[in-house]
Amino acid sequence: MTTHFIRQTGFAGAALLASALAAAPAFAQEAAAETAAMTLDERVNHVFANSTGWFVNLIFSNFPGTTFPWIVGWLVVAATIFTVYFGFIQFRAFGHAIALVKGDYSDPNDAGEVSHFQALATALSGTVGLGNIAGVAVAVGVGGPGATFWMILAGLLGMASKFTECTLGVKYRNEYADGTVSGGPMYYMTKGFAERGLPGGKILAVLFAIFCILGSLGGGNMFQSNQAHAQLVNVFGEFPGWITGLVFAGVVFAVIVGGIKSIANVTEKIVPFMGVLYVGTALIIIFMNYDMIGTAFRQIWMGAFTWDGAVGGAIGALIQGFRRAAFSNEAGVGSAAIAHSAVRTKEPITEGFVSLLEPFIDTVVICTMTAVVIIITGQLVTDPATGLFVLNEAGTAIKTVDGSGGVGLTSAAFSSAFDWFRYVLAIAVILFAFSTMISWSYYGLKAWTFLFGEGRTKELAYKIMFCTFVVIGAAANLGPVIDFSDAAIFAMAVVNIIALYLLMPIVKREMHSYLSRLKSGEIKKFQ
Amino acid sequence: MAEKIVVGYDGSESSHRALTFAADRARAIGATLVIAHVLEWSPYSFLTPTELEERHKRRSDELARAESALIAPVVKDLAGSGLSIETELKYGHIAETLCKIASEHQASQVVIGRTGHSNMASRLFGSVAGSLAQIAPAPVTIVP
Repeated sequence: MTTHFIRQTGFAGAALLASALAAAPAFAQEAAAETAAMTLDERVNHVFANSTGWFVNLIFSNFPGTTFPWIVGWLVVAATIFTVYFGFIQFRAFGHAIALVKGDYSDPNDAGEVSHFQALATALSGTVGLGNIAGVAVAVGVGGPGATFWMILAGLLGMASKFTECTLGVKYRNEYADGTVSGGPMYYMTKGFAERGLPGGKILAVLFAIFCILGSLGGGNMFQSNQAHAQLVNVFGEFPGWITGLVFAGVVFAVIVGGIKSIANVTEKIVPFMGVLYVGTALIIIFMNYDMIGTAFRQIWMGAFTWDGAVGGAIGALIQGFRRAAFSNEAGVGSAAIAHSAVRTKEPITEGFVSLLEPFIDTVVICTMTAVVIIITGQLVTDPATGLFVLNEAGTAIKTVDGSGGVGLTSAAFSSAFDWFRYVLAIAVILFAFSTMISWSYYGLKAWTFLFGEGRTKELAYKIMFCTFVVIGAAANLGPVIDFSDAAIFAMAVVNIIALYLLMPIVKREMHSYLSRLKSGEIKKFQ
Repeated sequence: MAEKIVVGYDGSESSHRALTFAADRARAIGATLVIAHVLEWSPYSFLTPTELEERHKRRSDELARAESALIAPVVKDLAGSGLSIETELKYGHIAETLCKIASEHQASQVVIGRTGHSNMASRLFGSVAGSLAQIAPAPVTIVP
């Protein structure tokens, strides 16, 4: 696995190559010869890094005069504003959210319709994925244990963002004459803005749709196949990425184009089981090392605020923690609003309550498990003299016991306790990657049809493009793929959060009305 | 109020025998026959995003199909016999939903057909008839 975790190094290399190609003909010739000598994987990687660099640079540029990416600030400020504006709704409504998922407030006559549980489970299977396994390893590997603290905080705050977007997603969804529904940020941007008499809804919606398509090809696709391949290499030894890519693309094609439901159904049934197995194993490993629990949490706490030798110190931990949390739980990104909008409910706000459980399960529970297992099993190398972390040769991440990073690091941490777990993890990674791809192919398709209209040929064009990117993702290196994936998904958040700010008074009105009726007993339990 | 007999009907052969038996009983005691069909459904199952989107439409289709293919023909068959008939079409766990229907109608009896298999699956998880007999609010007759 490469150590291209830090964006700057990846880009500097790519920029250098690009300028060399443009500068002198002699160089160009040399470079062309070099390109010809490259393997297929290398060529894919080369072209990919060159063509996406500008976009990534734009999204991840720092606040002037600092090393703090503005996009991370954007997400955290938004989540904090929503948390305060809705009066810490994620804590106040937590119990009610669980009652809703259990079906306590569901009308028995609506049996057979989409339940709160089903909407939540489907949205979760789109978000619980490699972000929880590989992304967290990147965060802890680069930012140190302290990144875990910021990740949990970002998860807790993100619950309020998710609450806002999913309420709007249900409120402004389209219900068609044939009974199918379509929802998501595109619809609350157009319909919600029109209702409040605000301009620009259409422009935001189009921008969101474009970024959503890019996100569906990046984080929802290439990052997944890339890390699934990394995990396969980890278990079976080195082999070319395009092979994994082709197999994955074939199966995804069979499901989204061929309509072979059985594959998707089997995955949907195994994924929750895998999630439980993953958390269960993590808990066992944590309790096996119970004498280290105190140390691990001290490292997390100290690393969050002080210099511990990790890349970028406490600020590095914060950036990594927030960045990976946002990538994992997608709060504020707008994707969940698409998945949640199919639920059967008379009160859009109830789906908002249910959706706030999503960042909690995804980030506060599952991501934290991964981080604690990596820390507690001692994968990160410290200097015995100073107690500070030792960096790898390139200085881009903390040195690990076996030199691995990303999903390889998680695998090493889990297998240090149970050797067989690398095989279970390989299966889990592949299934998570697959279910995330299926979900994102749907999100991307919704954005695609919003832009270009519905129709068999148009939809097929998108689906074929989606499958092509599965192959590219598996063949490219982690560095450029992870950068592009993050950039595309965060670009969605830029547009989505603007809309959330403008529409949040609507959510507040709904929330007050619902909570007062709940208190007065007008809204009753059915069971 | 006249007595009511709830009969579970899913179009299978054994459910036909149960229906005939229940109709005879109802006629003998002057009871109303409630023909119930339950579509197996769990709110805790997992669906893909596309299935979520189409669920409402599918549900309407499924209800319409059950009504026209299962319920309507037997109601028509029994229409001439002078028997008083009601129907119920519901989603849910089959045994539990049949019990709920029986309670709502304050039925004096529940009749259900036996599938006749005793395969591995029903040994492990129990059959509809078996669980119904255990939890029903009224006496249950299982027709072989």
